[in-house]
Amino acid sequence: MAGSKVTFRIQRFDPSVDREPHDQDFEIELPPGITILKALNKIRAEQDPTLALRYSCGSAICGSCAMKVNGHARLACKTQVADCVTDGVLRVAPMGNLVVLRDLVVDMEPFWSSLGRVKPYLVDDGGPAPEQERKQAPEQFLKIDPSTTCILCAACYSDCNVLEVDQRFVGPASLAKAHRFIFDSRDVATPERVREISRKTGVWDCTHCGECSTRCPTETKPLERIEEIRTKAMADGVHDNYGARHALGFRETVGKRGLLDENYLPARSMGFLNLPGLLSLVPVGLRMIVRGKNPPLIPHSIEKADEVVRIFARFEELRK
Amino acid sequence: MKYALYTGCVAKGAGRELLVATYLACEKLGIELVEMTDASCCGAGVINEDNPLVGDMLNARTFSLAEAQGLDIMNICTTCQGVHRKSQRKMQRKPEYMERVNAELERDTGRRYAGEVKVKHFYEVLLHDYGLTRLKEKVVRPLAGLKLGAFYGCYATRPPEVNDLENPDDPDELENLIEVLGATPVRYGDRLKCCGFPIAMMNKKNSMQLGGNAIVSAQEAGADAMVTPCPLCHLNLDAYQPEIESRVGRKLRMPILHIPQLVAMALGVPKDAVRLETHIVRPTGILAS
Repeated sequence: MAGSKVTFRIQRFDPSVDREPHDQDFEIELPPGITILKALNKIRAEQDPTLALRYSCGSAICGSCAMKVNGHARLACKTQVADCVTDGVLRVAPMGNLVVLRDLVVDMEPFWSSLGRVKPYLVDDGGPAPEQERKQAPEQFLKIDPSTTCILCAACYSDCNVLEVDQRFVGPASLAKAHRFIFDSRDVATPERVREISRKTGVWDCTHCGECSTRCPTETKPLERIEEIRTKAMADGVHDNYGARHALGFRETVGKRGLLDENYLPARSMGFLNLPGLLSLVPVGLRMIVRGKNPPLIPHSIEKADEVVRIFARFEELRK
Repeated sequence: MKYALYTGCVAKGAGRELLVATYLACEKLGIELVEMTDASCCGAGVINEDNPLVGDMLNARTFSLAEAQGLDIMNICTTCQGVHRKSQRKMQRKPEYMERVNAELERDTGRRYAGEVKVKHFYEVLLHDYGLTRLKEKVVRPLAGLKLGAFYGCYATRPPEVNDLENPDDPDELENLIEVLGATPVRYGDRLKCCGFPIAMMNKKNSMQLGGNAIVSAQEAGADAMVTPCPLCHLNLDAYQPEIESRVGRKLRMPILHIPQLVAMALGVPKDAVRLETHIVRPTGILAS
């Protein structure tokens, strides 16, 4: 790529003039080994000083310069131009799921508000402050090590599939932040936190699309933290919600026959006493019967299901 | 070529047409399948969250069963595929964890996973083992004139470290497959998005909206039908399409196909035999029987 020319196709938007965002091409001569952030600043210096973007440290620490590169959120300062060029073109756009203020700058307010919802601070035991710090053993810290690396860049928020359809979802970064305190040995609010996050718009509303972990530029990997919160919620018996009942349905049917019982699972997820929920399953059920694709009424078993039954008989023991 | 066929739960339950089509396609291709009738559910990510060790034990057991037969595993569900690969990777990266899984598994079942078996989805078998050139030679009824949107499903592309796509952020593999079968691939905005199925029970509104966005995106790009390697995506996009239509406020009538159905038809299997009529949205036009 040394000295080659690249077209930056940048999404522009100036609310004082434009009704809709539009793309603008900038052709630049690139020195080798240049990051997208440096290239954008080169464009500002040499071609168009009005191009708006956010950045600060340039070292993947401050989390300011997340933007979409070829349709996916990345830190501009951590991404090499050479890795992103197809047929001489590289596309840059503002992050998704947030309102664009101008060019590549978005309004971060919904992101900060969502973080506030998970009480992103340590709740201590209320006793007198220790003379030195509140200590943690290294093995206690290891549990929260990944979630403490979050730099709040919002790349996960930008590409989250659920936020795209429902801005009330608390979102991956906030769930990772919740993880950071749920698993903190010094925090005393863990039971409340787990109960709170198990409610609607919380941890069970994640659809497991994996965008958050794929886009995360740090070791936070929100999806893995979401999975760990769910594991804890299940182990702690916080089962009064659709997601936990769904997991119980898996446990109860796979643990008996080795295979999932697709007739039992939806009813179990809804809750056997939840009449409106159960009724909502009727149309799809009837439709499948009409087409002859309803799951068999007598559920299948695998051969040697006794082996699986023996594993599930030790389910709680195997949590340790 | 011979594989241990891991059916997964859906191909034995609400998506039996997928299993039928898989057998028909593989018969035409000369791929021999030994169905793993003793393998359990992969946990679909759900058991794996409830109790990660149990999830990995179930999968290690499945892998050991294939190893005992000396065969690699062929999946027909990308969720099973993704969960299997995640399990494999976790054990591969942490040998002490793999030893724990094996010790517990041995205690309950007398089995151990050696870490040797390869796990591949049907489309990966076609792309990498069988080869598209060879497949093209076998096509006797090209699906000419059919505009198809590939819907990859989350597990096929994410996390990128557990799939075999050359460029998971902008893959071509399924489009290449569609082209080889004589149809015209349609690339559309939401082809790598989530179908919404995992939250169908937790938040139906969001689930239907995700499914709706995907179908609308494919339709607006000109697709006559969509094709997916994941029977869970198929369930959400097909079986729930009437609910999706109510959610997005418009008629969609988008046929959703399983990849093996498409392959089987292009290889000359009669349309009736791949059971398109069991789909909630029955295909029209050149796919109609």
